[in-house]
Amino acid sequence: MTDQTNNTGFDWASPSFQSHMKKRRRSQIQLKLLGLGAIAIAFMMLMLLITSLVSTGYHAFTQTHLKVEVFLDPEHLDPAKPARGNYRQILTDTMKTQFPDVPDDRAELRKLTSILSNGAQFTIRDRVMENPDLIGETVQFNVPVADTYDQLNKGLIDPDTPEEYRRLKNDEIANFELLKDRGAITEPLNTALLTNADSRFPELAGLKGALVGSFYALLTCFLLSFPLGIGAAIYLEEFAPRNRVSDLIEININNLAAVPSVVFGLLALAVFLGWFGMPRSAPFVGGMTLALMTLPTIIIATRAALKAVPPSIREAALAVGASKQQVVFGHVLPLAMPGILTGTIIGLAQALGETAPLLLIGMNAFITSAPSTPFDSATALPTQIFIWADSPERGFVSRTSAAILVLLTFLIMMNAIAIFLRQKFERKW
Amino acid sequence: MTLLAFVILLTAVTVGYVINLRAARAIRDGGTRMHSLESFHGGYAALMTLVPTFFLIIIWMLFQGTVIELIVKSGISDQLEGLGTGETQLVMAEIRSIAGGRIFGTPEQWKLDAAERLVALRGLSGWLLVAVTAALATTMLYVSRRTVSSEFRARQGVERIVHVLMAGCATVAIFVTIGIVASLLFETFRFFQMVPFWDFLLGTNWEPQIPIREDQVAAEGAFGMLPVFLGTLVIAFVAMVIATPIGLLSAIYLHEFASNRIRGVVKPVLEVLAGVPTVVYGFFAILVIAPAIRSFGTDLGLPIASNTALAAGSVMGIMLIPFISSFADDALGAVPRSLRDGSLAVGATQAETMLKVLFPAAIPGIVGGILLAISRAIGETMIVVMAAGLIAKMTINPLDSVTTVTVQIVTLLIGDTAFDSPKTLAAFALGMVLFLMTLCINILALRIVRKYREIYD
Repeated sequence: MTDQTNNTGFDWASPSFQSHMKKRRRSQIQLKLLGLGAIAIAFMMLMLLITSLVSTGYHAFTQTHLKVEVFLDPEHLDPAKPARGNYRQILTDTMKTQFPDVPDDRAELRKLTSILSNGAQFTIRDRVMENPDLIGETVQFNVPVADTYDQLNKGLIDPDTPEEYRRLKNDEIANFELLKDRGAITEPLNTALLTNADSRFPELAGLKGALVGSFYALLTCFLLSFPLGIGAAIYLEEFAPRNRVSDLIEININNLAAVPSVVFGLLALAVFLGWFGMPRSAPFVGGMTLALMTLPTIIIATRAALKAVPPSIREAALAVGASKQQVVFGHVLPLAMPGILTGTIIGLAQALGETAPLLLIGMNAFITSAPSTPFDSATALPTQIFIWADSPERGFVSRTSAAILVLLTFLIMMNAIAIFLRQKFERKW
Repeated sequence: MTLLAFVILLTAVTVGYVINLRAARAIRDGGTRMHSLESFHGGYAALMTLVPTFFLIIIWMLFQGTVIELIVKSGISDQLEGLGTGETQLVMAEIRSIAGGRIFGTPEQWKLDAAERLVALRGLSGWLLVAVTAALATTMLYVSRRTVSSEFRARQGVERIVHVLMAGCATVAIFVTIGIVASLLFETFRFFQMVPFWDFLLGTNWEPQIPIREDQVAAEGAFGMLPVFLGTLVIAFVAMVIATPIGLLSAIYLHEFASNRIRGVVKPVLEVLAGVPTVVYGFFAILVIAPAIRSFGTDLGLPIASNTALAAGSVMGIMLIPFISSFADDALGAVPRSLRDGSLAVGATQAETMLKVLFPAAIPGIVGGILLAISRAIGETMIVVMAAGLIAKMTINPLDSVTTVTVQIVTLLIGDTAFDSPKTLAAFALGMVLFLMTLCINILALRIVRKYREIYD
């Protein structure tokens, strides 16, 4: 019997079977390659995203400055009222002394002063107001140059393109080259990016207002969603009776987690601004809106962390006479805390990047000073990125990328803290 | 003033805790056995004071602005008579700015009077709040001090309050949903009083730029949502065409073929892709993808609009890759190992096992994930606001520029908004459509996923 099965057996060496096997192996390899290709595409896209941001953004981390000797002419400055001096004229005179050859013609002079940033007069004014004794003396200033010249210095304007397609004409470039040859042009680190608030002029625009606004919004979001989320999660996980109501709450939370963010913005606009008359553009209101969106994330994370604490802990505490709440607050919650914090930080990181609901409550306003309280008008980091991405000036392209890099740095830091907490404190039972 | 109220509250809470703690200690030191620990007596006083007073302050803050404005408005009802809501809002804004000390031009005397009344009422409200807070806090302190005795069940009292507070936290989620539905319903209802329901649902023309003032030159205004809806579907379709195959194939590879080392590299990369804020993707679309697609199109001689649906859709697709991939990975992981082992044991290759056994078994979970991704694509806002068009067209050509529901919501509501123009209210109607659409898809997806889990458990 056994001999026969061998004889009537399948011919494993037949050409038809060999080709069949080949086909099967080929399809195996094909699937593998397709999978690899898919992963490679995802990988490439991430690389493309990062390189495009870095390659456009790194320009914004330095800013071209011009070193000039400014004669603080007493003719244009009143020591009694230094704030009202004619600083524009002082700048024009300064540039005239820099270029003695240029004819004393209004258009030419305007061209010269346009090398300087619009904020240069305010830099000088602030220094004079600080120290009115300087009037009548010659002081050295280091002021930012205007955006187009900044672009020229960074090589973003090609002098070889025909003049009519260029934003700087030949004589303007020549003037700038002259200054450069004298060594008056420097390119220090652009600290203004973090210490200035928003401005219409790219060379003066910074992220301070957005950073402070985002901080207030996140703080509000945390103060609201953390206690509310933990309370809700403890109730649902440890105390709630299994009935219709708790089922309803559970379905509700799952659905809220999937509601589009822009709908939360509509809610905030109608309820917070419309019905309760809260201020527009305030980080406090933004934080409240973000808290509503973060709440489901925190509740879900907290419930998972509470579930991970083994029942033996609860039973041991109950056995020595603790009440149910003493068990939860004295034993279960502290053990679940690392997991809860990890979930909370991840939720806050999501909230930090959230844009759409903030647009609807007006946190995309143009505001040139950082907010001093959470109730002042402000922007947030993502909405500032949105504003700058919409601005037509070339200089804002690199600033948008730089702002994105700042935002991503914060997100990476928050996620790194979350991962650290998870690895350091999470217990495996 | 509110700060003062909070300081009073905090002091009262501390004082209550200490007083009751001491009183309880005194009883214990007198030799009586206490039912509850002394700290529970203190906690009882603290909570009894904290909870009602805190909610009083919050409710006061929420409603004082509205109430004060109503009083001021009723004081000048003669002057406001016959004005539309928009004009009334303007007058109130002017009065508010006068009250804030910013006076433009020479306002009429009645406006100045109203502003004065507003300032006076605000001050009164502040003092009233402090007085009421102090009174309530003192009463609660007195009430809770009276309870301290050896028999009093302070622990049960504290736990009852905490229990109710936690249950309150849990219902916040319900209130948020109710808030969303109520605000959307309310504004949508007002919208349908101005624009007929069927015109909105079946109209093929969307031109919301209606005149705000009488003399303004603008379009007539048409609110047919079909082209907007169609645009949303076009972009979501492009996104899914890109995200589904890449997401599924990478999940298959990660689940079946990848070594642990490759998994260790690829998983974090996908997580980073998932964590990038959408505003960054939007900028990526206008900075890199849209110009690339356009120049590619000109090379082929195709007419590609400057903000083509292809750019927004493909970037959205990249955003959704990790979403689909992680869902598919979970679904494949939930298939019992015995199915896989059985298939391999009868001689199937890994690819055959995957495609003919594991994948079909995981289909419900994968479909659930894809549905959730579609709901995300429909609700996604920033990418389309930055990279898609503004003008609604009845087209399904992805090379053309289309607009989406979310783009229209944001553009209609950005800037100053008046709550009585159909332009503003249209955004809420669109929001309602969006909410209902995503809600249906989400419920369907969760139901499919849940049903499938029950089969193997």
